[in-house]
Amino acid sequence: MSEKTMNLTLKVWRQKNENTKGKFVTIQAKGISSDMSFLEMLDVVNEDLTRKGEDPIYFDHDCREGICGMCSLHINGQPHGPKQGTTTCQLHMRSFHDGQTIVIEPWRAAAFPVIKDLAVDRTAFDRIQQAGGYVSVNTGGVPDGNAIPIPKIKADEAFESATCIGCGACVAACKNASAMLFVSAKISQYALLPQGQAERYDRAQAMVEQMDKEGFGACTVTKACEAECPVGIKLTNIARMNRDYLNAKFFKEKTIHS
Amino acid sequence: MLDSKIPEGPLAEKWSKHKFNLKLVNPANKRKFTIIVVGTGLAGASAAASLAELGYNVKTFCYQDSPRRAHSIAAQGGINAAKNYQNDGDSVYRLFYDTIKGGDYRAREANVHRLAEVSVNIIDQCVAQGVPFAREYGGLLDNRSFGGAQVSRTFYARGQTGQQLLLGAYSALNRQIHTGKVISYTRHEMLDVVMIDGHAKGVVTRDLKTGEIEAHEGHAVLLCTGGYGNVFFLSTNAMGCNVTAAWRAHKRGAYFANPCYTQIHPTCIPVTGDHQSKLTLMSESLRNDGRVWVPKTVELAEKLRKGQIKASDIKEEERDYFLERKYPSFGNLVPRDVASRNAKMMCDEGRGVGTTGLAVYLDFAEAIQRMGEDTVRAKYGNLFDMYYQITDENPYKQPMRIYPAVHYTMGGLWVDYNLMTSIPGLYALGECNFSDHGANRLGASALMQGLADGYFVIPYTVGDYLTNLGSFAPVDKKHPAFEATRKEVEDKVKKLLSLKGSKTVDDIHKKLGHIMWEYCGMARNENGLKKAKGLIQELRKEFWSDVTVLGDNEELNLSLEKAGRVADFLELGELMVDDALNRSESCGGHFREESATPEGEAKRDDEHFAYVSAWQYNGDNQPETLHKEELVFENVKLTQRSYK
Ligand SMILES: Cc1cc2nc3c(=O)[nH]c(=O)nc-3n(C[C@H](O)[C@H](O)[C@H](O)COP(=O)(O)OP(=O)(O)OC[C@H]3O[C@@H](n4cnc5c(N)ncnc54)[C@H](O)[C@@H]3O)c2cc1C
Ligand code: SF4
Ligand code: FES
Repeated sequence: MSEKTMNLTLKVWRQKNENTKGKFVTIQAKGISSDMSFLEMLDVVNEDLTRKGEDPIYFDHDCREGICGMCSLHINGQPHGPKQGTTTCQLHMRSFHDGQTIVIEPWRAAAFPVIKDLAVDRTAFDRIQQAGGYVSVNTGGVPDGNAIPIPKIKADEAFESATCIGCGACVAACKNASAMLFVSAKISQYALLPQGQAERYDRAQAMVEQMDKEGFGACTVTKACEAECPVGIKLTNIARMNRDYLNAKFFKEKTIHS
Repeated sequence: MLDSKIPEGPLAEKWSKHKFNLKLVNPANKRKFTIIVVGTGLAGASAAASLAELGYNVKTFCYQDSPRRAHSIAAQGGINAAKNYQNDGDSVYRLFYDTIKGGDYRAREANVHRLAEVSVNIIDQCVAQGVPFAREYGGLLDNRSFGGAQVSRTFYARGQTGQQLLLGAYSALNRQIHTGKVISYTRHEMLDVVMIDGHAKGVVTRDLKTGEIEAHEGHAVLLCTGGYGNVFFLSTNAMGCNVTAAWRAHKRGAYFANPCYTQIHPTCIPVTGDHQSKLTLMSESLRNDGRVWVPKTVELAEKLRKGQIKASDIKEEERDYFLERKYPSFGNLVPRDVASRNAKMMCDEGRGVGTTGLAVYLDFAEAIQRMGEDTVRAKYGNLFDMYYQITDENPYKQPMRIYPAVHYTMGGLWVDYNLMTSIPGLYALGECNFSDHGANRLGASALMQGLADGYFVIPYTVGDYLTNLGSFAPVDKKHPAFEATRKEVEDKVKKLLSLKGSKTVDDIHKKLGHIMWEYCGMARNENGLKKAKGLIQELRKEFWSDVTVLGDNEELNLSLEKAGRVADFLELGELMVDDALNRSESCGGHFREESATPEGEAKRDDEHFAYVSAWQYNGDNQPETLHKEELVFENVKLTQRSYK
């Protein structure tokens, strides 16, 4: 590990609230260590601003371990910055160099309005999950955990889909601001497991319809989402979701017409 | 007087009998009650979902933008349950026994036994929800041994058990939000409890987005707000973790139990510099295969620190595998407190490694040789990647550097067997209460406790309280207590916003962290603690006279959010010190240097300290009153823990 110190020029999106217009503000970040995380760099900048009596930059973050999905910065044109497979909080300043200009923006999507500076409202994601992202079981009265063996390959595949951290980078990466990767990950987790079968098609339909209602765009398979997803959620999830959604419509129509 | 309400009867029958004796609320009447759940981590989400399923109206609150982001999400290692799927001799009684012993005999037998009993139901519940636990080739659930347990009882989902369990509870919660039984408030911080006639009847919250300060009414209030490790500034907790909810409740009359019991986790990535904002934990499953060592001599350690030699230059006979040497039967798998303290001892002796000297090695060279790099990658790949990401060092090629970090707080709001605090109608669940881990928590048992409290305990116990209210009438929202409490919170916010000094909130928080770590951390002594008390009092004055809080109330306000939390930490810190001073024995995570065996191991004093310390608040800057709940052990024999 070789620590370096650098000076950077930040162009940061500042916006007071949802109802005001925002703009880029240039801020100098001096004496930044290459060992800092990106958010620690912003902490240092914020401490300086505060000492000068200026409002610190608001950004969302919590765990700083790459798992809560709260951090959400668009850095030099890329959600979560230049490094693949990492969240903003796990990005370190050694990925940048002395004298560099860094442009920092919030996620841009109609369904994710900016609420202040770099923070956006992602509650649309919660509403999609509420529409059907569950197995309808109550607490208690369930069978023994080992009553249903699940082939390891299936379980592992379901796990891969379940790793989505709900950050929204896929939406921010997509020129249509589509939420397909996020929604399909959840639908796939349940579609792959026996527990999810009973409600499989209803779930797909309910979640997709809510997604459309929230104003997310369509998928035109540019694959930008897959490239920017910090946990590597695969496009194959989207294909599975589309199949299930079509099946849902088909079954529904069958019930209506029979 | 403290009444723990532990049911009569033989240990294994207490919970079933108690469940039978608890009064039930008629299904048609449940919808007449509203329950407030603050916090949506494992404890809060599971409680809220289960109560709503039963028919209660529930309101949930969390400070993040979504319930799914509670810090439970960060748990890596796993969750214990006494399923004995591995046929290796596990049982409810063994899990109970291990937890009591691991907690250094400072937890209640009855609570811990209940925890062990319901642990098996938790796994069934999570599987039914579609939580993708690790499985074996035959399709059945896989287990591993964790945190020094002699049996394999830990269920896991790769390195993200917490996220998968939380998403399970979150999905159950979402289902209830969808039905309208739960109203979820996100980006809301709870800042006070509303008290009417000595009972908790609501909370006051601040909408972090709009600044609106609002009172919410409920027939009961459940605090599920997590731990207070961030009093140390640096910890493995999320940045927003706080004591505010618990502390404000404490100031309204809820006793705070065992505040000095903190757990310092041995396998974290060491601090690099002043800019550090948090510490990253690496699952202790790493100790299953990694070997902990430092050089045998200070000279070699010095050369390492100066970068003159590398770890690989140190010959086998020049290495001190100190855990294996001192604890031959447990070796690298000794409990967390023992591993942490020993790492500190090595560094204090001048044998620490890394540029700061505050690190020991965790070496996988032998494991790679034994199992091959691919197997090691399959087992620990994500942890190795994370380490590489943060340190820029490749753990396949050179040993990891680790150092202990504050990780978990066993102390918390005092609760009785029903999880009710000393305020009627106010409950505490999960890490926010003190209940089950005594003076030291075993690995993979916090997730178990959070879900046990939420899914399987509170749905029974809260009903008994509600029935005893003797009325189904809605809470009178017009009662003056609501507006009065709301106004008090508003005034406090205004006071914070009026502070225009020269220090930032983080300046003060970092100072507090240093004091706590230095004097109330891994080892404590009377002089240090007394000194810390004075330092904290001074720091509190400095905060109120010289800190600066910018911006307005009516917006997302970073300074204001932090200031409120740090103000509470500054008060809690002093209570932790008082508690540590009072407990002049060593037990679990609380090591008093004055109370050690000749070999330097922690020495308990059961004669004088087999009790829970429950502190009562008496007003600003007033000493708190200590209440003692004697711990009665009818089933296990108290022995000095030995991992030799
Ligand atoms: C890095 C890490 C790894 C861990 N690994 C393991 C493990 O492998 N196994 C294990 O058993 N345990 C582990 N633990 C411990 C365990 O994760 C926690 O103890 C447990 O998840 C706490 O759950 P909880 O529901 O009590 O609180 P949390 O999950 O912390 O939830 C707290 C909730 O309260 C809300 N909240 C807090 N304050 C307020 C307020 N004032 N107003 C409104 N809302 C508020 C938050 O928004 C959040 O929703 C780990 C802990 C850490 C930090
Ligand atoms: S799919 Fe990937 S990018 Fe999209 S929300 Fe999930 S983790 Fe984030
Ligand atoms: S802060 Fe939690 S994922 Fe980045």
